[in-house]
Amino acid sequence: MAILRDDVLNWVRDYAQVIEDNHEMLTELDRVIGDADHGANMRRGFKAVMEKLPSVEDKDIGTILKTVGMTLLSKVGGAGGPLYSTLFMKAGMSLGAKMEMDVNDWAKALEAGILGVATLGKAQLNDKTMLDALYPALDALKAAIADGASTGNALKKSAEAAHAGMLATIPLIAHKGRASYLGERSAGHQDPGATSTTLLLESVAKTWMDC
Amino acid sequence: MKKLINNPEDVVKEELKGIALAHPDLVKVKFDPDFIVRADAPVKGKVALVSGGGSGHEPMHGGFVGMGMLDAACPGAVFTSPTPDQMLEATKAVDGGAGVLHIVKNYTGDVMNFEMAADLARGEGIEVESVIVDDDVAVEDSTWTAGRRGVGLTVLMEKIVGAAAEEGRSLQACAELARKINAQGRSMGMALTSCTVPHVGKPSFDLPEDQMEIGIGIHGEPGRHRIPLEPADKITEMLVEPVVSDLPFKEGDEVLLFVNSMGGTPLIELYIVYAKAVELLEAKGIKVVRHLIGPYITSLEMAGTSITLLKMDEDLLKLWDAPVKTAGMRWGI
Repeated sequence: MAILRDDVLNWVRDYAQVIEDNHEMLTELDRVIGDADHGANMRRGFKAVMEKLPSVEDKDIGTILKTVGMTLLSKVGGAGGPLYSTLFMKAGMSLGAKMEMDVNDWAKALEAGILGVATLGKAQLNDKTMLDALYPALDALKAAIADGASTGNALKKSAEAAHAGMLATIPLIAHKGRASYLGERSAGHQDPGATSTTLLLESVAKTWMDC
Repeated sequence: MKKLINNPEDVVKEELKGIALAHPDLVKVKFDPDFIVRADAPVKGKVALVSGGGSGHEPMHGGFVGMGMLDAACPGAVFTSPTPDQMLEATKAVDGGAGVLHIVKNYTGDVMNFEMAADLARGEGIEVESVIVDDDVAVEDSTWTAGRRGVGLTVLMEKIVGAAAEEGRSLQACAELARKINAQGRSMGMALTSCTVPHVGKPSFDLPEDQMEIGIGIHGEPGRHRIPLEPADKITEMLVEPVVSDLPFKEGDEVLLFVNSMGGTPLIELYIVYAKAVELLEAKGIKVVRHLIGPYITSLEMAGTSITLLKMDEDLLKLWDAPVKTAGMRWGI
């Protein structure tokens, strides 16, 4: 079944609510190994996205996601701003003028977004960053599609892989961002960026379950 | 949390309002996107300097906007990098036709946002050069981390390169001068207490009453180690030694010694640190020819200090002594 533009809008709205409900938890994770602003920054960003969204509701999926990306760029700040902005903008560019997509299109869009994040952040797998949730999520999504899973199941597998990747950041020593200054002291703590990206993909799986 | 604030979300906007009311002779404050520019910007034919970073380090950077120093500063939320739209608008507002130099402290967010802003500005036909400051010797392993942080040396760079731009030097010359300063300056800081980011409401890290953190960053990032509290002389030694041995500064060198307060440490204590630092340097044959003492690059209300050494030469001395007229630094006028 198809993932419609309205499904995409619902996902963005749902994620904005997820951030609203979890911003304190994200900031607390960041307080321990970073600089205590991730939740507050994402909240500021997605509040602005919610204000901006009505102006592009009747546009194509690419325009919607690029608008989300541009809004995050000007509102989030920190490293999360450019990284999340790139994730949404590259995914939006990949989807272009589509008014609906299938799960293959989504996999391609996600891959483009992740490539953008990796290029900008210059991080590798196991550096204790958002990529530690994103890479496994993409791999699981592709594998599920290859196995002929339904859209809902493929997205669920993808979200579960993100979650596992997020938990796997706990023992890692950070090599990027502020947490890297902690060295070995960063081990034992879950990465805030991997956490917010896991929430993002869980929101996808939840909102597009019946697509 | 005990702070002189209203709504934590409004801290930066309300601060900017105060700056605009206090210093209309020096600066103009722009909102949405937020930035501070010299009152007489753009200065035609002069290279313009733009810096910025998270708020909470006052007087850096907004307090350094004015004649002989920065042309614009972009304040982010507290301890959060500003965004590319702020930097782009600031860059456009100060471009006097001779190009714009971005002075960027080496933090992941600052570097990424300034990189995007520089690309956008170049796309609009403005010549932009970027210089990264990474003077913090506390970060020992720069291969497996985000690299050394930009700390105290930033203040000295903004003053000296600001003077060079005022003198009419080219964008290339200003960028080279900034890189030279980065190559011959080093810093290290320590904290006696933590600090509380307004919208977080609790201390950024927990530091027991009898402990201190040596090698702290300006956002409460951890340092090299946490150890029991020691007297000022011993602490000064713990900061001066790694700074001197890193470059290394050598016998016969002439230096500028900058003793900075992290925000909560009073001048009386900074002078105690200064006296010991001079003694230690002189014992090594290093001559302190200029100094800066006070809260210039702070970390909210954190108690603690940082020491910065910059190797001076005739050119740097002349530029350091040149007139400057900003809210945070002012002499020679």
